[in-house]
Amino acid sequence: MTDWQRLHPLTPVLGGGKFLLIMAGLVGQQGLRQDSGFEPGVIGLIVLAATGVAVTFGYVGWRRTGYRLTETELQVDSGVLTRRSRRVPLARLQSVEVVRPIIARVLGMAELRLEVVGGGKSEAPLAYLSEEDAQALRTRMLAFSTGAEAPEPAADNHVLVAVPSGVLVASTLLATPTVLLAVLLVGLLLVAVIEPSAALPAALGAVPLALPFASAIIKRFLTEYGFTVSESDGGLRLSRGLLDTRASSIPDGRVQAVRLIEPILWRSRDWVRVEVDVAGYAEGGQQSTSSALLPVAPRSLAEALIGRVLGGGLPVPTAAVPARARWRAPLSHRRLRIGLDDRHLVTTYGVLATTTDVVPLAKVQSLRLTSGPWQRRLGLASLHADSAGRRLTGGVARHRDGAEARALLDELSARTRAARAA
Amino acid sequence: MSLIAGRPDTCRVTDLLWLHPARGLLTVRRVQCLLLVAFPGVVAAAVVGLVSGLPEAAATVAATVVLTGLALAGVEQRWRAWGYAEREDDLLVRRGALVRRLSVVPYGRMQFVDVTAGPLDRRMGLATVTLHTAAAATDASIPGLPAAEATRLRDRLAALGEARAAGL
Repeated sequence: MTDWQRLHPLTPVLGGGKFLLIMAGLVGQQGLRQDSGFEPGVIGLIVLAATGVAVTFGYVGWRRTGYRLTETELQVDSGVLTRRSRRVPLARLQSVEVVRPIIARVLGMAELRLEVVGGGKSEAPLAYLSEEDAQALRTRMLAFSTGAEAPEPAADNHVLVAVPSGVLVASTLLATPTVLLAVLLVGLLLVAVIEPSAALPAALGAVPLALPFASAIIKRFLTEYGFTVSESDGGLRLSRGLLDTRASSIPDGRVQAVRLIEPILWRSRDWVRVEVDVAGYAEGGQQSTSSALLPVAPRSLAEALIGRVLGGGLPVPTAAVPARARWRAPLSHRRLRIGLDDRHLVTTYGVLATTTDVVPLAKVQSLRLTSGPWQRRLGLASLHADSAGRRLTGGVARHRDGAEARALLDELSARTRAARAA
Repeated sequence: MSLIAGRPDTCRVTDLLWLHPARGLLTVRRVQCLLLVAFPGVVAAAVVGLVSGLPEAAATVAATVVLTGLALAGVEQRWRAWGYAEREDDLLVRRGALVRRLSVVPYGRMQFVDVTAGPLDRRMGLATVTLHTAAAATDASIPGLPAAEATRLRDRLAALGEARAAGL
């Protein structure tokens, strides 16, 4: 049990700074668009006054916000007019993330986000704390939540994997958005060669098409730069980011599903990308956290890390689908394979990127057998093992032989029951 | 009797006691069909008749009749396909005429159970029981249960869920 504590004293200043930036942006836009009747000086004064008000409100809010950590829960009291008193049970904690936006980073501040089971968004974000406080709080909360006894200060984290930035760049350039961008460029060149007069309009038309791909590439690079996976108390710890840095953790035994993705252009290098889903991992809006466990790594390393996360080796997906499945999945039927042991279900599929889903049987929420009209004519059925993940929704054994799928359903319901009981 | 017990299952699991939605559900679905397909069709036919003429109106009526017939047949098939069975550790729900589905939901995985009833359902004294797990993909819902059976099922599922609850 600790005493009530305040957030970082610079919190209102940072809030005011953000407000000032937004106001400046709005005013600047407005000023460019038309001549408003105001003198620039008057507008400046108004903006400053508004910022002053914002900082004052922020200060009052800061004065009235307190948090403390007990043995079982985190307590956060906040609010000026409406008081809000929130209790987050540590036993329900799925992960804790330390986020440092670029401005906060300069000032040595960080935001703490907690993910709990079933929370639609981050519960009770603590913004902002000093970096040391945020790290210390995180370590202690995780220690409590996993039931480790002594909340020792974080020992030196043992780094398992650090993704070199050269590899990250290369892998990003070989990924699907870049390929699509290249296809677009080639198309433009063709147009330019065949009909030069149409080249300019075509190029202008292509810009809106290309923008999302370009921004996806840049965003991936910015968020996954300097990706490091390290061992820490009771779980793995991920840190990443070029401008805004994030440090999150994956407590042992909380992983609902794992996915390995191997884009077609990575195959020659034997690289894979690994994503994990922890129930309650925030995926809200623009602040969406990347759920990558490893943005890119050699397959053997990735498999070792997955073994570490799931606690044990994985069955090799070898069982193929019947040949007639090609009428239902002409492009991908060769890749449709499953593997099953006492603890995991592994399924693979995909055309442009081979995707492998791993679901720990102890985490399976429900099983579903589905058979569409075309599948039924071919005597096929798909078996879904649903997980509680939000991004990775489970494993699907696609287009299996009908009788096999039925047997698999019985087998899986028995094995998941045993795995839950274990 | 509203629950047709032990009807032989065409689809998959046969060694179980399958329960099915009440016949009232079929009536509800048929009324919905008429409201959503036949009624707009008739209105459209009237408008077409006023604007274009009798032959076009007749064609619209014919199309409406065909569509309504198809919808009614589909509704009946779907009603027949729906069923549920309670096993020792899990609940089985099967449904779907065109796309057949069979869901297995372990009692220990249930987060909560919903009982809902729309205006038409209420008239017929029916309710829908929906099971929710932590997975969004779980689609175990059983419509057309007589109110008493819906309550029984909900309480039983809640009790079983509590007894077998497993951590995430």
